[in-house]
Amino acid sequence: MCQVDEDYNGQLDRDEVLSFSKKCVKCKEATAVLVIRAGDMFCSGCFKEYFVHKFRAMLGKNRIIFPGERVLLAVSGGPSSCSMLNQVQEGLSQNAHKKLRFIPGIVYIDEGGALGLSVEERQRTVDELQSMFKATGFPYHILPLEEVFDLPSSVLEESSPSSEQPDITYKAAVDHFIQTNRNCYLSPEKQADLTGLNIQESHTHSLQQIFGSIKTLTAKEDLLQTLRQHLLVHTARSKGYSKLMLGDNCTRLAVKLLASISLGRGAQLAIDTGFSDLRYGDIITVRPMRDYSAKEVSFYNHMYNVPSVFIPTLDTKTTDKASVLRLTESFVTKLQAHFPSTVSTIYRLVGIINLLYMYICEWFSMFIVCVCVGGGLGLVVYKQGGIVCGQKSLEKHLYCYSCLRLTSFL
Amino acid sequence: MESPLPLQSLRVGGAELLFDGVKEHQVTLPSQSEPWDMKQLLVWIQRNLLKERPELFVQGDSVRPGILVLINDADWELMGELEYQLQDQDNVVFISTLHGG
Repeated sequence: MCQVDEDYNGQLDRDEVLSFSKKCVKCKEATAVLVIRAGDMFCSGCFKEYFVHKFRAMLGKNRIIFPGERVLLAVSGGPSSCSMLNQVQEGLSQNAHKKLRFIPGIVYIDEGGALGLSVEERQRTVDELQSMFKATGFPYHILPLEEVFDLPSSVLEESSPSSEQPDITYKAAVDHFIQTNRNCYLSPEKQADLTGLNIQESHTHSLQQIFGSIKTLTAKEDLLQTLRQHLLVHTARSKGYSKLMLGDNCTRLAVKLLASISLGRGAQLAIDTGFSDLRYGDIITVRPMRDYSAKEVSFYNHMYNVPSVFIPTLDTKTTDKASVLRLTESFVTKLQAHFPSTVSTIYRLVGIINLLYMYICEWFSMFIVCVCVGGGLGLVVYKQGGIVCGQKSLEKHLYCYSCLRLTSFL
Repeated sequence: MESPLPLQSLRVGGAELLFDGVKEHQVTLPSQSEPWDMKQLLVWIQRNLLKERPELFVQGDSVRPGILVLINDADWELMGELEYQLQDQDNVVFISTLHGG
């Protein structure tokens, strides 16, 4: 009898503890459904408010996007970029509180050629994404990665920025923007460039050859990232967009930060992981999702039915040690599981590095592949012209340490 | 529990390649004397549903870090994680946060 009572009391205590800790920390009424940081429990409604507010605050605080400006959203089909697309849609809707006021377009780059996927598989993914893009009503552009072969060499040069001094006030910058763009307003394209993928087989073959010849997965991932970035910037330029929005979340950026250090890209940390990236001059890249952890994004997408498409990439189903990026990701996520402030601590480094970076970038020349500035570590190398510009003649190029190592694998 | 335990659904997001591409599974757990808990469910999934590369889904006793688990649309951390005892018609969702951005 006594023993039964003891067990029963133990069970009660445990239940009490669980139910007591389950109230939302914000409204203190509803039952919490999600734990974000250590001890921060939110109910569904409060979490949505927090999520939406963070997006608007991120754009509002940084004051880099002007009303009426054309902004290109780079959507990969993954949860973060689809969440970003969803937030932009919500923000532009009529009944939004503090409505967003820019003009979006969507771009998707199909990387199936580099991954060795069949044309049918690629077309299937594209069709799925196309229906998702059509539902938003925004103009969209779907490009195969093979188009890197048609890029002009100007993509590797820094263009002069369209606006003047960076230290004028936001209001003055907006006025200047409206004045300069009043006469050249283009009506947004309502239809996609193409209904199906327009791929040149010879280009696919060349792409597969290049990736096939690279010996390590790390170098392949790095090259893919570089080619994708160049194509995104070129698309933004050629279609008349002045800003590019990327969907990198906090977790991904923390992993990228550590991996970049391992790969010798320490000098470019600030612009690779910061909110805004000004290296291209006329096109400014922004990362509005950088304050969201992967968990927050996944939970929001699930709860509020944000569609996303699962697309395999280079490191799908690879082991932990397959590449530097995979190993870093595995390291960070495992550490995060036991120490919930891991990601935010790594991520705070970016703010500190950013300050240092602003001082050094005026004095040094630009590296050819990653289009970053840096000094001292750059090496002047006589090499055959890179893949992007497709030139065959020997040219003098400036490579940073990391890109030089990458090109040695080609 | 003496009777079989049907779950309303078991879904995998982002990890469907490991499950033969099937995202949603209707699962009825066989009857056993003790109540089913999450720990046993994971073992069951590994034996019956996972088609390949179990190490990409399960790590030791628990799921691989980076996989978010939701029970009835609530974070499993609030439900006791592995000790949570499954009820009739529970919804279990596994979302891989390791993929995509």
